[in-house]
Amino acid sequence: MTYKVKLEVFEGPLDLLLYLIKKEEVDIYDIPIAKITDQYLEYLELMQLLDLSIAGEFLVMAATLMHIKSKLLLPPDETSVEGEEENDPRAELVKRLLEYKKFKEAAAELAQKESQQKHFFPRVGSGINIDELPAPEAEAFEATLFDLITAFTKVLRDIPKDIFHRIVKDEFTVSEKIHDILHMLVDNKALMFTDLFKAAKNKTEIITIFLAVLELIKIREVNIVQHAPFGEIEIVRSRESIKPNSST
Amino acid sequence: MDREEAKRIIEALLFVSDKPISIDTIKEILKHIEPPEVRDIIGELNREYVASGRSFSIKEIAGGFQMLTDPIYSRWVAILYKKGSDKLTGPSLETLAIIAYKQPITRTDIEAIRGVNVDGVLKTLEERNLARTKGRLDAPGRPILYVTTNEFLQHFGLRSLDELPNLKEFQESDLDFVREANRSEVVNKETGKLEESVMPVQAEGGGADGS
Repeated sequence: MTYKVKLEVFEGPLDLLLYLIKKEEVDIYDIPIAKITDQYLEYLELMQLLDLSIAGEFLVMAATLMHIKSKLLLPPDETSVEGEEENDPRAELVKRLLEYKKFKEAAAELAQKESQQKHFFPRVGSGINIDELPAPEAEAFEATLFDLITAFTKVLRDIPKDIFHRIVKDEFTVSEKIHDILHMLVDNKALMFTDLFKAAKNKTEIITIFLAVLELIKIREVNIVQHAPFGEIEIVRSRESIKPNSST
Repeated sequence: MDREEAKRIIEALLFVSDKPISIDTIKEILKHIEPPEVRDIIGELNREYVASGRSFSIKEIAGGFQMLTDPIYSRWVAILYKKGSDKLTGPSLETLAIIAYKQPITRTDIEAIRGVNVDGVLKTLEERNLARTKGRLDAPGRPILYVTTNEFLQHFGLRSLDELPNLKEFQESDLDFVREANRSEVVNKETGKLEESVMPVQAEGGGADGS
């Protein structure tokens, strides 16, 4: 079974690095390159496992990180003049990260302004749409794709070893799992991400369930939310998909 | 014409226009009126609206003036006029922020900061008329330059580009972390693996990041 899930406008390598830096609570001015590189590579592996299309830039960054790491492993250049300063091989990367972070923060401020401005209405142009009520303010904030992958990594780590290694013929499809999840959402307003995998019998089933979640997000049937940064992830029905007499 | 008449005319113009009207435009229409007087009149109109409890007021936005409804009533107005779900995505906002602060800027320079391809995002921003092309850079390849539009100012409630919030600049000096690296190779006793540890002798900066 090959099921390619293409998620467009995937946030880039700098985004991932900033996420890892924040998650590991490391000092951006003193990044533990070995640790961060390992985590970064772990994410790339997982993305490949899920057949997510990885932009070339992610691979370039992987090479960059390994290059920096190797530079740091080398002993200091003994031929350099005494007292001469050695450049930190991380400097260039940190500079890029800070530059990007600057604009990420600016974007967040713009998002706030956008929210505020949304409540002011002008005279309408010639295209009035009578439409649904605007979505209520979310109390939880939308989890990112990376949060989802983090949660999935935990799920994989926590399953018993024998289930992990069992190789079984495919008994289920992503479509089936999509229906299962939607069915569960009819009775429950929200589902805990980890609960989705409790009944899974083998690794393939776990991955199939995860792909189903990704597909549901992509077609905007569900949203993923967290109530705290790096907290438990919940799957909820997205507002746009709630229609009266919905059959799924 | 007397002031009362000018006031009513300006009010009428603001009433019908679906875009902000600049003072220049008002001057073109009314002819013998000066910018300070226009501002005065608009201030008077707003005071009248507050006094009589109107549900709208005249706001200064995107280089002009426009009648906008009070946010308190947005719940109801939104029913009539769909405005709810067209918020921009993260990548769109980041790209737009870069263009806003650095305009005019080429696609390549935007990508250098974001670290990822922006073709799709640029297309979306152009479709929504939040960014547009403006000429080419006089450099090899003559790459296209991008700028933000007036619609951008309206969307974010800005009077002009001057109202963009200040960028949180990191200190250039924070990056001069010169380390007399005291590198020691440490073998992890459990795994037997080689781990590097770089111990800074003199660390500068740090902490300003606050994440």
